[in-house]
Amino acid sequence: MIQEHDSVIVQTLGRVVIPLAQLFGLYVLVFGQHGPGGGFVGGVILAMSMILSILIFGQDAADSRLARKVLHGDGLGLLIFAGVGGLCLIGGGQFMNYASLEVPGLDEPSRRYLGILLTQVGVAVDVGVTGVSIALSLSSSEKEEVSHV
Amino acid sequence: MTLSFEIPLLVLLIVTAAGAILVKDLVSAVFILGSYSFSLALVWAWLGAVDVAFVEAVVGAGLTTVFFLLTLFSTSQQDTRIRRLPAPWTVVVGLPFLGLLLLYGAHDLPLFGDPASPASMHISSEYLERSLGETRTPNVVSSVLMDYRSFDTLIETVVIFTAGIACAFLLKRRDP
Repeated sequence: MIQEHDSVIVQTLGRVVIPLAQLFGLYVLVFGQHGPGGGFVGGVILAMSMILSILIFGQDAADSRLARKVLHGDGLGLLIFAGVGGLCLIGGGQFMNYASLEVPGLDEPSRRYLGILLTQVGVAVDVGVTGVSIALSLSSSEKEEVSHV
Repeated sequence: MTLSFEIPLLVLLIVTAAGAILVKDLVSAVFILGSYSFSLALVWAWLGAVDVAFVEAVVGAGLTTVFFLLTLFSTSQQDTRIRRLPAPWTVVVGLPFLGLLLLYGAHDLPLFGDPASPASMHISSEYLERSLGETRTPNVVSSVLMDYRSFDTLIETVVIFTAGIACAFLLKRRDP
């Protein structure tokens, strides 16, 4: 189990850096279809900011029910990705052809924008959850399990 | 002008790669590996592959470094092999021969950015010409990644999903 870091410099810097990293991750995720970046990188940056908060503020800060059940989000990301493809199929088009997403009041470029954005959110959720869950399982040691019982 | 930062970057790449293998302290090796990934990201950016450089910087220099460090927390920090086995003579002779063969083969590769190379002739011009009209997405990279090749991306996500599940089983904490 990772203890809280006792240096004031690290903690103060963490309070500044972590929100900035999360903001940048969201920017990369949303803006990814117009510039470099995308779902994969955005998800990794979001996961890195959460791992950084675990490393700095200790595992208790992230040890909520959400962090325990974090792996359940792994299937959620895949479900979002494949679900967008399935919605295209329901809309009467090919699988993953975002032009046939049935959203009323949207023209074709907006539908494609929405489809790519949703699939990238799916990739980001999958990648981020995988990173955070691997980091959480690596940081849980035997001693914690004994004290936990 | 290109040579001014191209050669130092490649030398830095080789030096960091050799240092990550040779150094005895494993924490130092992890950090040297991170700096190797960072200079590799600079090389990708110099070649114009900004997306690859982004992924290399974030995953190679960031996430894997943290994973290696977290793994080292629960093991010893020194490389404690008593002695390294001497290399058999097939390796000593075969590896330089293989390197020479690779250099000989690399002589025939097209120049970087050559418009007549097969990579630029075959299908990328089709993507560049038709992606805006067909997919209505201004960025060609994301239109290829998420539209033309979305099945690849889906299966890639399945791979990451499987890796996450496998790691969760391997590193599972015992339920109290």
